[in-house]
Amino acid sequence: MEFSGGSRLDPYVDRYAERTHGMTTSEIRALFAVANRPEIISMGGGSPFVSALPLDAIGEMTAKIVAERGAQALQYMGGQGDPRLRELICGVMALEGISASPDDVVVTVGSQQALDVVSRIFLDPGDVVIAEAPSYVGALGTFTQYQADVVHVQMDDAGLVPEALRAAIAQVAASGRRAKFLYTVPNYHNPAGITLVEERRDEIIAICAEANLLILEDNPYGLLGFDGPPLPALRARATEGVIYLGSFSKTFASGVRVGWAVAPPGVKEKLVMASEATTLCPVALSQYVVAEFLAHHPWQEQVKVYRELYRARRDACLDALAASFPTGSSWTHPAGGFYVWVTLPEGVDAKAMLPRAIQGRVAYVPGTGFYADGQGRRNLRLSYSLPDPERVREGVRRLAAVLDEEFEIVSTFGAGALDA
Amino acid sequence: MSDLGHVLVLAGGVSFEREVSLASGRRVAEALRNLGVDVELVDVDAHLLPRLVSEPPSAVFVAVHGIEGEDGALRDALDLSGVPYVGATGAAARLAFDKATAKAIVARAGISTPASVALQHAAFRDLGGPVLLDRVVGRLGLPLVVKPVRGGSALGVSVVRDASELPQAMVGCYSYDTVALLEQCVAGTELAVSVVDTGDGPVALPAVEIEPVSGAFDYAARYTAGMTEYHAPARLDASVATKVAEVAVTAHRVLGLRDLSRTDLIVTADGEIEYLETNVSPGMTATSLLPLAAAAADIDLGALCRDLLQHAATRGMSAPGAPA
Repeated sequence: MEFSGGSRLDPYVDRYAERTHGMTTSEIRALFAVANRPEIISMGGGSPFVSALPLDAIGEMTAKIVAERGAQALQYMGGQGDPRLRELICGVMALEGISASPDDVVVTVGSQQALDVVSRIFLDPGDVVIAEAPSYVGALGTFTQYQADVVHVQMDDAGLVPEALRAAIAQVAASGRRAKFLYTVPNYHNPAGITLVEERRDEIIAICAEANLLILEDNPYGLLGFDGPPLPALRARATEGVIYLGSFSKTFASGVRVGWAVAPPGVKEKLVMASEATTLCPVALSQYVVAEFLAHHPWQEQVKVYRELYRARRDACLDALAASFPTGSSWTHPAGGFYVWVTLPEGVDAKAMLPRAIQGRVAYVPGTGFYADGQGRRNLRLSYSLPDPERVREGVRRLAAVLDEEFEIVSTFGAGALDA
Repeated sequence: MSDLGHVLVLAGGVSFEREVSLASGRRVAEALRNLGVDVELVDVDAHLLPRLVSEPPSAVFVAVHGIEGEDGALRDALDLSGVPYVGATGAAARLAFDKATAKAIVARAGISTPASVALQHAAFRDLGGPVLLDRVVGRLGLPLVVKPVRGGSALGVSVVRDASELPQAMVGCYSYDTVALLEQCVAGTELAVSVVDTGDGPVALPAVEIEPVSGAFDYAARYTAGMTEYHAPARLDASVATKVAEVAVTAHRVLGLRDLSRTDLIVTADGEIEYLETNVSPGMTATSLLPLAAAAADIDLGALCRDLLQHAATRGMSAPGAPA
């Protein structure tokens, strides 16, 4: 077999849609392949500590579902999702002040699929999505695939800054483009670890209402706060103008891939149709498992177990950062969720440092992935959800040593090391 | 079934090329399995050596890339375990894997290689980073290729066209290795020439010409089908094709390699051949160059791997620490 005429080894290379531009392998993916090895303390992925679940009980429950209701659990079902689960989801959302009817709920294959279908029904190429700076990498990836542009809005320790949001909306309008929605993670933000304070929530809603801008509220971590009851969701304050996304990935198990969207009626109908076109229906067995867990297990106790576990890991992470990270670095202090957002000393590039970190047997996610516009070189996300507290401490200590080495290298070559 | 016995394909490990290595390993194992070889794909971790003792294979195919597979340590460990394997000895791999050392050895055999300098970070720290970089640019000129002296898959590699880009390239490179090779960037046709030896002496496979669509043969261009145009055999005059084959075989010989290698070269517009580096554990993925070369020569990849394993098994174990 000769290809002296030339071959790109992919006979379909000229047929792909424009949106596949950027779907390539990357050095970062290669590095993360190593990060999953047990020798490495991975503070990269946002995986829940599912070993804390009552696995035996879930196994028995699943077996019972298949034995007693297998003909339904292993069959197609309605595209909007299991009615019983949707009813139970309304009970879950009530804990964050949301009043919704099961008819408003669309079950999806994780909230990632909800992000996809919301993007599909709203975004045309060239549309604008307004999002926090930084923003969830999985959402940015979805918006990019629909060829939307992301305009970031500054956050401070109290969350999204209202004045910055106003300015971003005005800037988009002045450029003659159309912002379709604000994408926001108000609670225990991924990756920033910041929570939008209660005093700003109504103001954010009012700004968006005034600009006729939909809010896409993504709330996988809302029940995982360490300090008191959860704050009422944006959707709890406004039934119109907010599409709400929830997930069982962090409060139960990411592997069941069950999330949901709550949307105004017209939007909901389109979400169901878009979702059916993707998956026909969400996974029936997974929905039955989640519904059974919610209905017959003390699931709120399980969330409490998770909260206490993550609180201890968050404390370990913050203690180790304070003890070992150099002057010139700073980090957020999450009151819940999985993530600490670290800003490195001037001149250090977190993406360039990642290979050194992996050789130092610790992994994180570089900050640039959480921006659509190249910001974040001095930032990294640490996830404390998976390693136990001692491993979290050791991981941060290792990272501090890596940072010392990197800082020495950067210092050798001067400011140009980052500014080129 | 083949009469080769039970063979292992080693892949994975903890090097930065783990993912590529696993893809290489899966492909080699599948190609062997299709020929009826009793093959098992095994990751490189703490379970490996006990396993080699308790269930010794007839031979091992090393599809581990990067430091772990190519710096010689794994090969030395296989020798210490008395297991025959395909590829260079530890000592030879160590020499070839260090690009600066390999360039010096190959240059002594009369082969041209771009001017370069290999510098540890400590040299910049002790002598002053900006000053020493100025000297490098003054002597080698621009553009320059900055690459880790040990490593593969273009990880940590930058092409520097303006001196202001150098500091960032150096920081990126030193994140992968303690020594950076700064090499003149030579314009020309990029070629990969694979050499195989199944017992009758090293033979070059047809050269593969590499034309990255973006212009840079970086990690994405190497492992994303569609991002690079390959010509196999390369579009070369017969005399140049013969010369590049000779250069690759010479590099294979003078570096003391055995069984298989892949040498990367540039042919300039006036037909000069410039040696870049030699890989002792060439990639075997769907977009890798040695399998493309084998296909261009109508050689079945599985049959080639089987013959290499047979050759290794017949040769038997090497003495630990055998010289290159």
